[in-house]
Amino acid sequence: MPVQYYIFLSIALFCIGVMGVLMRRNAIIIFMCIELMLNAVNLLMVSFSKMWADAGRVDAGSAQLFVFFIMVVAAAEVAVGLAIITMVYRNTHSVDINILNRLKN
Amino acid sequence: MVLSVVALVSALGVVLSKNPVTSVLCLIITFFTIAGHYIMMNAQFLAVVHIIVYAGAIMVLFLYVLMLMNLNAELEPQKRNWLKYAGAISGGALLVVLVAALRDASMPALSAESTDIGLIKNLGMLLFKQYVVPFEVSSILFLSAMVGAVVIGKKD
Repeated sequence: MPVQYYIFLSIALFCIGVMGVLMRRNAIIIFMCIELMLNAVNLLMVSFSKMWADAGRVDAGSAQLFVFFIMVVAAAEVAVGLAIITMVYRNTHSVDINILNRLKN
Repeated sequence: MVLSVVALVSALGVVLSKNPVTSVLCLIITFFTIAGHYIMMNAQFLAVVHIIVYAGAIMVLFLYVLMLMNLNAELEPQKRNWLKYAGAISGGALLVVLVAALRDASMPALSAESTDIGLIKNLGMLLFKQYVVPFEVSSILFLSAMVGAVVIGKKD
């Protein structure tokens, strides 16, 4: 199975995530689309790791560790982001991101 | 192949479904298919961690917040319809550009035989020898994120 297959799958998942961020107004769904984009990148990195491992490189596991660190950062981001969304909801009773316009003034 | 189709369909379901809870469930399906891909590419440790962290922790957190807010009744305002089309068109344009740029790239094929690079033994050796400092920094990041979440979410 060629690597291009995984590249195109990752591109498709990433673009679906971008579309979701641009289309939806619900802050929680925007967060989920960000997770989707991170996962597309992770999938690409694991496939490249497999490619280098097939080529006989000994340090091909570095890519998988990088994916591990991305997961760590994603978990931290979700914890803080959901706390912020909960706070916004408590103050405005909505998670529509258009409401955050008022941060401008 | 089947996994990829399921992943793409459920990813579209995340974006297009009206009900946020349906989006969360579709995203969980997507994560499981991605974990299946990891297993096929000999990243067993990552597949297990992916299922535990994403499907087990993060999505439960999302679902919890959604249920807490009780958003099911409230529908998104549909007044900005052109904005949706603009988002879809720009996402599709990004897809077209990336696919067109990478269509002719020549890449080697992944072989079917298994490598042991994704086993927890090898990854652990690499993590605690070569990547000790990022590991410790990520633990500090986690600690600060935890404290930040508590401070933000605290009722003042």
